[in-house]
Amino acid sequence: MNTSVSIAVNGTPHDSRIEPRLLLVHYLRDVLGLTGTHVGCETSLCGSCTVLLDGRAVKACTVLAAQADGAEVTTIEGLADGDELHPLQEAFWEEHGLQCGFCTPGMIMAAHQLLEDHPDPSEAEIRHGLEGNLCRCTGYQNIVRAVRRAADAMGAASS
Amino acid sequence: MIPAAFDYHAPTSLDEALSLLAAHGDEAKVLAGGQSLIPMMRFRLAEPGVLVDLNHIEGMAGVTEEDGHLWIGALTRHAEVERSDLVRKRYPLLHEAASVIADPIVRNRGTVAGSLVHADPAGDWGAVMLACGAELEVHGPDGQRMVPIDELFVTTFMTSLSPGDIVTGIKLPIAGKRSGGAYEKLERKVGDFATVAVAARLELDDDGVCSAAGIGLTAVGATNLRAQDAEKALIGKKPDEAAIDAASRAAAEAASPTADNRGSVEYKRDMVRVLSARALRRAAAHAGGEG
Repeated sequence: MNTSVSIAVNGTPHDSRIEPRLLLVHYLRDVLGLTGTHVGCETSLCGSCTVLLDGRAVKACTVLAAQADGAEVTTIEGLADGDELHPLQEAFWEEHGLQCGFCTPGMIMAAHQLLEDHPDPSEAEIRHGLEGNLCRCTGYQNIVRAVRRAADAMGAASS
Repeated sequence: MIPAAFDYHAPTSLDEALSLLAAHGDEAKVLAGGQSLIPMMRFRLAEPGVLVDLNHIEGMAGVTEEDGHLWIGALTRHAEVERSDLVRKRYPLLHEAASVIADPIVRNRGTVAGSLVHADPAGDWGAVMLACGAELEVHGPDGQRMVPIDELFVTTFMTSLSPGDIVTGIKLPIAGKRSGGAYEKLERKVGDFATVAVAARLELDDDGVCSAAGIGLTAVGATNLRAQDAEKALIGKKPDEAAIDAASRAAAEAASPTADNRGSVEYKRDMVRVLSARALRRAAAHAGGEG
């Protein structure tokens, strides 16, 4: 029995009829064509499918699309303002916080929430905040630097 | 990795949810945070025909002190417990446990009550609630009742609750004037289930003597276990090194671990002793006693 959902993704409302078993990550990728959200482990471990659901980071492989009915979802595609990158995207670029880039969308969405909770995070807070996201290339050092750089940029912008 | 097909219901009231469960019997599963159930459905370890999603029922989340107890609403996420100032100040055992469950993103979604009724012996909340002497408020076809935590766990992934029941909240004794607690978790890597974990809670009287003690164990039996002999070894004594040593050895005796890729029986049992001692020392220090 299909179910109707109304989900605002990156500010755009979408009304869809979906199977209840459709996972949020597949709704984003396969129904809406937003392939920035990646499918990694499919077992809630790697964090590459991280998106914001009503402002909180969730693993989109472990949430049903039906559960997002009435909610606002933000994906990596929703961060930049036109051609202007979000400070987190800019910082990952500047600090070389990626190699292959597979984990990057999830890292950035997790870091987005991290900086909301801790606008001026210590290195330890950054590392703990990203515990749910795996990167198999960089060894994390540059990712931690990138998040710290974004915190500085966002702090400077808001002060 | 796609769940089997099911019908999905998102009731907006508890009565509606109870009616749905009554109508569908054991074919239906309750969905709260989904951080265990959805992966199990994806692996086809669970294939419920009907999901009843509680997330649209108002007023079922939150952590508050009221009427002489601490109340944790059933839809309270691990992250809400972790971030609660009240919990951080007065319930260190709960704060510490909430901070080491899975990872921050899973903690945003997973619920305390959902974790308890999932009844995974490697779950952290079971040990914490056993140490605290919690009670679950349960609504079922015959109305409301309180289920003491000591009567909840039957065996791995099985509780004494019926398919028509919904947990609406968890009630804990309020923290006393001199109370303390700690959660010690040994894990192979960040985000893993515990190899062994120990929850400890102490209440001291004005003379610094233990008036109450709670010790719960994670991942060393078919369910979370309560180490009652270890608790008895502390009550009526000051929590000094001798008392803590005796209690820690009794806790190790209460454990019933199995060997797996996280360690041997002997290793896990000894880790119960070591982690119990650490948790009790910190609980005692927090309560303002020795340790």
